[in-house]
Amino acid sequence: MRHLLSAGELDRDTALLILDTAAEMSALSERSVKKLPTLRGRTVVNLFFEDSTRTRISFELAAKRLSADVINFAAKGSSVSKGESLKDTALTLEAMGADAVVIRHWDSGAPYRLAHANWIGGSVINAGDGTHEHPTQALLDAYTMRKHLRGGQGALEGVRVGIVGDVLHSRVARSNVLLLQTLGAEVTLVAPPTLLPIGIEEWPCEVSYHIDEVLPKVDAIMMLRVQSERMKDAYFPTAREYSRLYGLGGERMKLLPEHAIVMHPGPMNRGMEISAEVADSAQAVMVEQVANGVSVRMAVLYLLLGGAKELSE
Amino acid sequence: MTAIVIQGVRPYGEDAVDLVINDGVITEILAPGTGVGTIIEADGLIALPGFVDLHTHLREPGREDAETIETGSQAAALGGFTCVHAMANTDPVADTAGVVEQVWRIGREIGLIDVRPVGAVTVRLEGTQLSEIGAMANSAAGVTVFSDDGKCVHDALLMRRALEYVKAFGGVVAQHAQEPRLTENAQMNEGELSGKLGMVGWPAVAEEAIIARDVLLAEHVGSRLHACHVSTAGSVEVIRWAKSRGVNVTAEVTPHHLLLTEDLVATYDPVFKVNPPLRSTADVLALRQALADGTIDAVATDHAPHPHEHKDCEWGSAAMGMLGLQTAFSVVMETMVEPGLLDWRGVADRMSVRPARIGAVATQGHALEVGALANIVVVDPDARWTVVPEQLASKSSNTPYAAREFPGVVVHTFFEGRPTVLGGKIA
Amino acid sequence: MDSARAHDLRTVLSGDDIARATRRIAHEIVEKAKGASDLVILGIPTRGVYLAQRIAAAISEIEGVEVPVGSLDITLYRDDLRLQPPRALEPTSIPAGGIDDKTVVLVDDVLYSGRTIRAALDALNDVGRPAAVRLAVLVDRGHRELPIRPDYVGKNIPTSSTEQVFVRLSELDGTDAVEIADGAGA
Ligand SMILES: [Zn+2]
Repeated sequence: MRHLLSAGELDRDTALLILDTAAEMSALSERSVKKLPTLRGRTVVNLFFEDSTRTRISFELAAKRLSADVINFAAKGSSVSKGESLKDTALTLEAMGADAVVIRHWDSGAPYRLAHANWIGGSVINAGDGTHEHPTQALLDAYTMRKHLRGGQGALEGVRVGIVGDVLHSRVARSNVLLLQTLGAEVTLVAPPTLLPIGIEEWPCEVSYHIDEVLPKVDAIMMLRVQSERMKDAYFPTAREYSRLYGLGGERMKLLPEHAIVMHPGPMNRGMEISAEVADSAQAVMVEQVANGVSVRMAVLYLLLGGAKELSE
Repeated sequence: MTAIVIQGVRPYGEDAVDLVINDGVITEILAPGTGVGTIIEADGLIALPGFVDLHTHLREPGREDAETIETGSQAAALGGFTCVHAMANTDPVADTAGVVEQVWRIGREIGLIDVRPVGAVTVRLEGTQLSEIGAMANSAAGVTVFSDDGKCVHDALLMRRALEYVKAFGGVVAQHAQEPRLTENAQMNEGELSGKLGMVGWPAVAEEAIIARDVLLAEHVGSRLHACHVSTAGSVEVIRWAKSRGVNVTAEVTPHHLLLTEDLVATYDPVFKVNPPLRSTADVLALRQALADGTIDAVATDHAPHPHEHKDCEWGSAAMGMLGLQTAFSVVMETMVEPGLLDWRGVADRMSVRPARIGAVATQGHALEVGALANIVVVDPDARWTVVPEQLASKSSNTPYAAREFPGVVVHTFFEGRPTVLGGKIA
Repeated sequence: MDSARAHDLRTVLSGDDIARATRRIAHEIVEKAKGASDLVILGIPTRGVYLAQRIAAAISEIEGVEVPVGSLDITLYRDDLRLQPPRALEPTSIPAGGIDDKTVVLVDDVLYSGRTIRAALDALNDVGRPAAVRLAVLVDRGHRELPIRPDYVGKNIPTSSTEQVFVRLSELDGTDAVEIADGAGA
């Protein structure tokens, strides 16, 4: 593995290796001394063209726990906001000797481009690109499901997962569908037809327009963030109607099996796709998702940077 | 002035002859080896009327870093063209007699091809007020083709008026069919792949809906419509239906829409970013069929040079468009001639005769006969070549065909009886 | 391992030898520690873990008390990470009582350059602060590159650096043996 650009490029063995490694990292993170010397002398750049404090901090903590040097390169207050291109930024980072670039970008495919355009030599980790993918989020979601539903072992064969909300604009949904399919889970996407991409029937999952039909049949339900501004583009009539038809509130949660977990990639829109009551309930695992995110990202950084570079270099 | 003899050439791939040119006109067609004058070897090569491009972005004035009328003229001549229509989306926009005359004059001075300026339909391409179509038509440039290309004349009323107004000047409105609301921030063909790649889709219906509306408008007002760069199977159906009703509509297809498909977008390499976007294999096959049966009248390059920095970047920031002049003939050969969809007379018809007629260019698209103006291209159908972007004459190098091998080489080009290209080099 | 099988394998320790060696080491540990009360036995994956379990079982037999036993993965502390592709991690399990103020006995199968033990000492340092750290190995084959020496040795086996030493344990390999292969050309 040289880069992590898409959850779809992970085969089952590699995905399980990452999850197993993350489990070890998680155990190490419970010690009083949380720092490991593994990536001493390596430089990880967080290159964020989009604001996402939580994802950046998660990567930063993961890299620091492995003793890597971390440079945060934010679009705001840097040459990027003055209009420096991704390419020029990349060349700068290359000159500084970045071993890995963790990139969050508004443009779908920007990490792929960064990895393949011969601008840099280091590893590229996709921390969310446009409406395309967010592979480490899918990995931490799979990790969380495995821990709760499979005792932290093996893959996710037979686990039934509902993903509800703005699938069209969701990189989390895309990465989850791909990874969960690789790990053997059964996914049902739930959304109004306006928020499902054209061609969804070819995706390796089921699709439903009705959340109430799906809730009783799942082991995990993932609520996606829905921006209320979407109604301006006529994706749905009003935030109130969206919330009524697709939001997860206390009453509706009773349809969920008792063992099922409620997930959300954050940040939550309480009152929109999820009610405060559900978000704070015992079945909600959002806080744990955050902690698992650090372990999964440590695993990814270790597996990308912890060994020799590929022989092709 | 001595005669020029294109010796042993096969017009339309038929029997070998000597084509004798005097004072810009084909004066004699003789048995091979019998013509007297300056001999230009063309044994076994094929002569066709010089190609006419209905859709070229020469970028001058305004973006001379991407292309100039001079470099564009060279690329055109090397591609076998003797006439191109220079699109109006320059800076300033070609929306006045002044701008179109300037472009036309520079083209004349360079003298490699006919540069026929296209006039903007609306002022600054803004889609709100008609530009001075009459002034441009009556200028020295004699503009006949009007287009806001790059943008769609989406206001139905304005489109109706434009179609009506150009009738007075024998003009045609060339529509870039793209419903703007359906294509906001669109990046690629909308379909399964756009959903997977997380890219905003450019649905086929956004093209088809505008073409459907416009053929009905053209029928209603009795005017002439030309559909630019038709890219979908649905558009082909609409045009076929309109022609069967007797609507005065013509259509063009680009070489890249005859050859390339949307799968290339998965590389995220912006060299494949173009508007309208690359479509599905089914669309490509429908377009080839339509060009073969004449539903689509012409091949037009949509040659769109962009400076390196506008393509060597991430997809979303990249400019749309690709070079086309020097590869057009080879693409047509690979997609139409080799599979048997077009013979050489068919190539002449779709790349020269019909585009000249659509653009009302009286001096182009003549049959290779005694008395015809000598705008001629001589090609080698048996030779192959490999595209090296930096070696193209264009100032830009955004060809999607880097390192690709093609059949068919343009060997000589004659413009108004003078050789502009000899042995594959500017004469 | 398959490539080694093609060469001549010399058995230097039999199953019985290994059993005797582990029992002897267990006795020595108890003797030196004056009992088993503050001992923690930590094996270094992979085979060190099974040896640690055997030694702990032997001590329990001798002393009649359970000895805390666990494993300590040193992968993330290795100094040669960049020389090979990334390795999968092995589990680290520290017994519930921790290692603070205990006598930790590290157990590995073969002691060679000493770099693994250096990494283990670093790893241990992040886990807690033992009163003392001892080292038990089944085989010491020499060629130390660091100032590290074992406290308990099953057998000293002088080797040349081209030779390979294979420790086979029944838990993993179905049989107990230590074999040496002439590594030349391997
Ligand atoms: Zn256009």
